[in-house]
Amino acid sequence: MSEKTSPTEGANQKVVAFRVSEQDFCVDIMSVREIRGWTQATALPHAPGYVMGVINLRGAVVPVLDLAARLGLGALDPGPRHVIVIAMIDGQTVGLLADVVSDILNISADRLQPVPDVASETAKAFITGIIATEERMIRKIDLGRVVPSLQGVAA
Amino acid sequence: MTQNSNDIRDMFFQECEDLLETLSEGLRQLDQQSEDVDTLHAVFRAVHSIKGGAGAFGIDSLVSFAHRFETLLDEVRTGRLACDTDVMRLFHRAGDHLSDLVAAARAGHHPQGASDDYAMGLQADLEALIAATGDDEGTEDAETEAAVGFEPVALDLSPAVPGGRGTTRYRIRFAPDAGLYSSGNDPALLFRSLGRLGTLSTTADIDAVPALEGLDWQESLIRWTLTLETEADESTVREVFDFAEGNCTLEIEREEAAKEAEAPEAAVPSLDSVLDHRAARSEEGAPEADDGEGGAAVRLDGIGGATGAEAASAGGPKASATAGSASATIRVNLDRVDRLVNLVGELVIKEAMLSQSISDAGLPAESDVSSGHEGLKQLVGELQEGIMAIRAQPVKSLFQRMFRIVRETADTTGKQVRLVTRGAHAEVDKTVIERLADPLTHMIRNAIDHGLESPEARDAAGKPAEGTLILSAYHRSGRVMIDISDDGKGIDRARVRAVAERKGLVAPDSDLSSAEIDNLLFAPGFSSKEEVSNLSGRGIGLDVVKNEIQALGGRVSITSQEGEGTTFSMSLPLTLAVLEGMVTEVAGQTMVIPITAVQETLQPGTACLHAVGRAGRFVESRGEFIPIIDLGLAFGYRPALADLDDHVLLIVETEAYKRRALIVDHIHEQRQVVIKSLEENYGRVAGVAAATIMGDGRIALIIDPEEVAGTGAGRRSPDAEISLTAAE
Repeated sequence: MSEKTSPTEGANQKVVAFRVSEQDFCVDIMSVREIRGWTQATALPHAPGYVMGVINLRGAVVPVLDLAARLGLGALDPGPRHVIVIAMIDGQTVGLLADVVSDILNISADRLQPVPDVASETAKAFITGIIATEERMIRKIDLGRVVPSLQGVAA
Repeated sequence: MTQNSNDIRDMFFQECEDLLETLSEGLRQLDQQSEDVDTLHAVFRAVHSIKGGAGAFGIDSLVSFAHRFETLLDEVRTGRLACDTDVMRLFHRAGDHLSDLVAAARAGHHPQGASDDYAMGLQADLEALIAATGDDEGTEDAETEAAVGFEPVALDLSPAVPGGRGTTRYRIRFAPDAGLYSSGNDPALLFRSLGRLGTLSTTADIDAVPALEGLDWQESLIRWTLTLETEADESTVREVFDFAEGNCTLEIEREEAAKEAEAPEAAVPSLDSVLDHRAARSEEGAPEADDGEGGAAVRLDGIGGATGAEAASAGGPKASATAGSASATIRVNLDRVDRLVNLVGELVIKEAMLSQSISDAGLPAESDVSSGHEGLKQLVGELQEGIMAIRAQPVKSLFQRMFRIVRETADTTGKQVRLVTRGAHAEVDKTVIERLADPLTHMIRNAIDHGLESPEARDAAGKPAEGTLILSAYHRSGRVMIDISDDGKGIDRARVRAVAERKGLVAPDSDLSSAEIDNLLFAPGFSSKEEVSNLSGRGIGLDVVKNEIQALGGRVSITSQEGEGTTFSMSLPLTLAVLEGMVTEVAGQTMVIPITAVQETLQPGTACLHAVGRAGRFVESRGEFIPIIDLGLAFGYRPALADLDDHVLLIVETEAYKRRALIVDHIHEQRQVVIKSLEENYGRVAGVAAATIMGDGRIALIIDPEEVAGTGAGRRSPDAEISLTAAE
């Protein structure tokens, strides 16, 4: 998984930053396939609350996750202004619902700081590090943990 | 490796598949009638062809094993080895091992499953038999063999090459070193190639060969003098010996064509000397068989010369017959077919979108656009059907693999089992066949291990000692059914129940029907075998089988009669690509119900509704009370409905739970939908078979009526995630 690239290597990496419920997050750009506008998802029965449903991505059935709900920030009420970040993780394609994609950043490894101890358990479970920029703090998400093996969720 | 040789390699392995099929089918026929010469030839040819191909690709492990197998088959073919049960068993094992080796070579690694010890044991068994046949017959036999064997060498090898004009006569002296034999060359083959160039006569100089007692088998003692009359020039003649270069002394002399050589008779040695010489050669060849192919090839060719011709003539008409029918089929890369399948899938979706646009535009049904669209729709349907048919394959190949499973399982368990297959020509989608192999294997092992009794117990029960397993396939209402029936002891329901209670799968006081107890076998965590056997009790239970079959859109059920046997029935879709469905709306969601399950639709207002208890509702249809399940409620889309006016009931028939009535809000239309996997990016959802894409580009779920009905039946199985309140 590209997210686990050791920060000690000092190499620069590119991340896609986006906002969810007034907070900034980012994921490795290598795992992002595309960003698309919100389309109505088809609800799935018996799905966890953060699974909004499935959408048609050029013939493939792709589940969309509500990141806000997943990160414990309260469910979003999706509208036409929201975006879906299509990411690929372990051969599984998922959509992540975000308020807006803010930036593509080039960050060097030394700017990636460990998650402070005061952070809540939910946050620590999904965040691998934080990046401080001039005016904001961006949380780096471990996609592998945010998107659990869904095969297990539903089976 | 170049692209081209990769292609050839692929082709070889494809042929291997066919050959292995011929082999196993032939061996099974030999089980019945061991005397059938044609079958024996067919089996021999199959092994021989595999060996030949493997040799061309340098797959040594395959060549050497196939060679031993072939040698032994030849012993049977020439009548020196009786084809009894033990030999047949060895043949079956050898056939199995050969297919393992082919599979391993194809994947490019060492064979898995069969350990090296096993392979060595098998090789040793084969060799023991080969050696045994040789020893029994003694030297005398070696001599007769030699006499027969010499024929191709002494024979006039000239094919119909016209002599006469422009021919040159060469006198060739050929004296091979010992190294020629150990490097796997065979003078006979060289001579044969020479023979193809023109008229050849050979003389063997065996003066150097001592009497048998004093013979050192490692030495090369025979020299040949060959006379070749050919149109070819000297370099062509030399080329024949290219591979022998460095391992022989070679002299090629050009003779005047006019100068007629000594009479050919002179070239033929006396019969006695031939016998001596061949005896020597046989002695010489046999030990070499151990380390290389050389000597053995000599010996084999010697015998094969005569029988080979016979085999060729026997194979002749057959070969031309297959060549005739072969033109009717072509091998197509599966990727190409799948690309077509996907394209047609997209076409169907586009057609649906067009259909929607036409109806949105409010065009009258008799307009040109509408009638044009009708025609298009029909063509798309036919195109789709045609392409699906390309992917369909008979289940025969799958069934044939099961003979091996049965054989191995029977050996391990010490039971006697006969497998009977029926309806092997029934066709199903290739993917279904492929993905069915594992569950079917598991079920067959299970049937032999748990279902059939030991020969003693069968005897005591008054049954024949040999158990029968029937594997049958047939089509039923757009699906293919595969049944596995054994004539064993049936399911011990008391014990199944006891085990299930102990494992907490059912409450001790629950009232279970026989069918419900039988179905407990499919419950996760259930394994009724007290001690884990190394066969079916590998930690994977029947629940895994059930999941795999459900993942294919199939269902599995059990029926059992105490003392008479158990039948596992699988119902599978014919294709995994499309489905004829009824498009409905439930609580604002579009849902597709497979048309194969729908029996009829009812307006509840006109039907008789009955309430039982607080939430249970039944509809009366044709004198039967059918439980009602609200799909919206079952899927958690809405709370229980107060009244069913303005709703529609779909009566669905399920295999395990009989009839159920599903509540939907509206029925939109009936159409073909393209099946899209939900599992690829998400996972299995209880009650949902798959997803599809509708005309508006949105996703709709295809429901699995069987599962929905199952959860409504009050069964306490852990997979019942759907709200149970639906029918209770």
